[in-house]
Amino acid sequence: MITVFANPDRFMALSRYLTPILAAAAAALFAWGLPQALVTSPPDYQMGETVRIMYVHVPAAWWALGLYAAMGMASFVSLVWRHVLADVAARAMAPVGAVLAALCLITGSLWGRPTWGTWWEWDARLTSMLVLFITYIGYLALWAAIEDAQRAARLAAILCLVGLINLPIIRFSVDWWYTLHQPASVLRLGGSAIDPAMLSPLLIMAGAFACAAASITLLGMRSLIHRRQALAAELRLARSAP
Amino acid sequence: MTRRAFKGQPSEGLTDESRLVDGLAFEGLALARGSRLLFQDLTACYQPGVLVELTGPNGSGKTTLLRAIAGLASPAAGVIRMGRATDPEDRASLAHLLGHRDGLKGALALRAHVRFWAELFAGDAGQIDDALALVGLRGLSALPARVLSQGQARRLALTRLVIAQRPVWLLDEPAAGLDRAGKNLLADLIDRQVRQGGLVIAAVHEPLGLPAQSLALESLKP
Amino acid sequence: MIRALMSVYRRDVALAWAGGGGAAAPLGFYVGVVLLLPLAMGPERALIAAAGPPLLWVAGALSVLMTLERLFQADLEDASLDQLLLAAAPLELAAFAKGAALWTALGLPMALVGGIASLTLQTPPAAAPIIALGLAVGMAGFISIGLLGAALAAGVRRGGVLIAVLVLPFFAPPIIFGAAAAAAASAGEAPFEGAFQLLGACCLFYAALGPIAAAAALRLQAD
Repeated sequence: MITVFANPDRFMALSRYLTPILAAAAAALFAWGLPQALVTSPPDYQMGETVRIMYVHVPAAWWALGLYAAMGMASFVSLVWRHVLADVAARAMAPVGAVLAALCLITGSLWGRPTWGTWWEWDARLTSMLVLFITYIGYLALWAAIEDAQRAARLAAILCLVGLINLPIIRFSVDWWYTLHQPASVLRLGGSAIDPAMLSPLLIMAGAFACAAASITLLGMRSLIHRRQALAAELRLARSAP
Repeated sequence: MTRRAFKGQPSEGLTDESRLVDGLAFEGLALARGSRLLFQDLTACYQPGVLVELTGPNGSGKTTLLRAIAGLASPAAGVIRMGRATDPEDRASLAHLLGHRDGLKGALALRAHVRFWAELFAGDAGQIDDALALVGLRGLSALPARVLSQGQARRLALTRLVIAQRPVWLLDEPAAGLDRAGKNLLADLIDRQVRQGGLVIAAVHEPLGLPAQSLALESLKP
Repeated sequence: MIRALMSVYRRDVALAWAGGGGAAAPLGFYVGVVLLLPLAMGPERALIAAAGPPLLWVAGALSVLMTLERLFQADLEDASLDQLLLAAAPLELAAFAKGAALWTALGLPMALVGGIASLTLQTPPAAAPIIALGLAVGMAGFISIGLLGAALAAGVRRGGVLIAVLVLPFFAPPIIFGAAAAAAASAGEAPFEGAFQLLGACCLFYAALGPIAAAAALRLQAD
């Protein structure tokens, strides 16, 4: 008998405990990091209190990128070893990454208002993030458009891998574009070296974001696997009927 | 319909390199469509020079098997060996596949189709007119394919089989849409391919009227 | 093998212009979009001169998008794709040949039209050949990576919008370099070569990457 759904039992058993543990870790890290980030850390000598947006903006940017890289790895595993869990993992990471990219864009826009005096500045980093956000949307749209789950998984994996290869090119071109059009007089987000008093809450927040993203991803994977099992059961039922 | 000898066809049959010395073999083959297993444990070997009639009810996996042999669909388990080739891409270059749809472009002339296939499948572009005459469409060679009837379109598709020699023919209900004369033509083509040492696998609902081995997929139900 | 690829190329060029010129529609679309800019901005020369080169590039990208939906879908529907898979040439190169055919039938004419249209957008006549050349290279890049979008969405009904979302992020680098080169040439600045070289490098990379990725997707579509 072929195992079209490579046995995910061990994953389900493990993730059952790992998901709440990671969620609890995220909550603890937020409880530890948020007061530091929002209250006790020093204001920036240039940006003042608005620098506190950084503690959300920067971790969101890091993990929006990090999740795409992880999706790329999962896609590679999916294409080479045809492992169903890799498909599910890539699919479950995508909405989390998209939300993080959106969060990064929104906080970047909010930050732009006091810093640059505009709700949207075509800054190189923000523009790159916008492109990444559209890439996430495209990835999810491709999954949604193709009915057969297996085919959708493989096609999306191809898209994800090619997108990953292309990400540095986009990044380079956007940086090039920005320096071409913009003299270097504008203030750049997170451009200068960071004070240690700011670094520690930033890292705590990054850890909190990572745990939260991992927990939500696992939750999404579990839900996708349950959905597949339900679909398989429906098919079995339909076929056993006369 | 007048049928002429196909001039370019070498009388001694397929060339050595295009003949499958080792035949076609399935080893523990299982095919699936999506999450549904179609059949499993197909182990069989066919020598060159036979017609295999593939039977089974709708949905039993006839089309998928033909596509898998051609290297287009990947098996859920097992091996397909065509001559010495097991790699899908190598198999693809040894076979002709005639599916339900003829793969015609309505805007292009009949002649352009045959020329395209001759070049695409590394055949002989010098035999375009002969191939069209063989299927009785020579007089229409300048017309666009969109004016063809279903039977004519199928006959045009048959020219693929003769314009480039390949040792394995995979035919999916090849007689569909053909009239009596068309069916005779098809039988002649298959007969010639088999006698030249080729291998023909045809999914059929009713026998083609030629000596054939039978492969019944319903006996392999999982 | 070369013969098989040439036959794919010739057939697609013939199909693009068969039946009253299918490729004429995206060309018309291109001209139409270019026409809208002066109508939207008013006829003031300085404004149009500044906005012209970027517009030529954006309109070109959109016109390519319009043709991608049917590029592989038609072959998938009528089973021509199976023939390409059985062909005496790798599918990667067959996909490349199809892209080259689209570039010949659409990309080149569009580059020419773009060069002429740049004159109506107040570009100095000396810059028009550079703009046309840049567009020709850029169209090759758009089409190459467009092959991937077309292959991914080949099985999707009304997949045009999907293809656009899939492909647009990939359009960013060529449009950045291409429009910059066009703008620099149009403003009479000497250093448009740098942007031009980056455009060429990027499009060359896409020309290698696009057909390979598209072929991988097409194999899955045929499975």
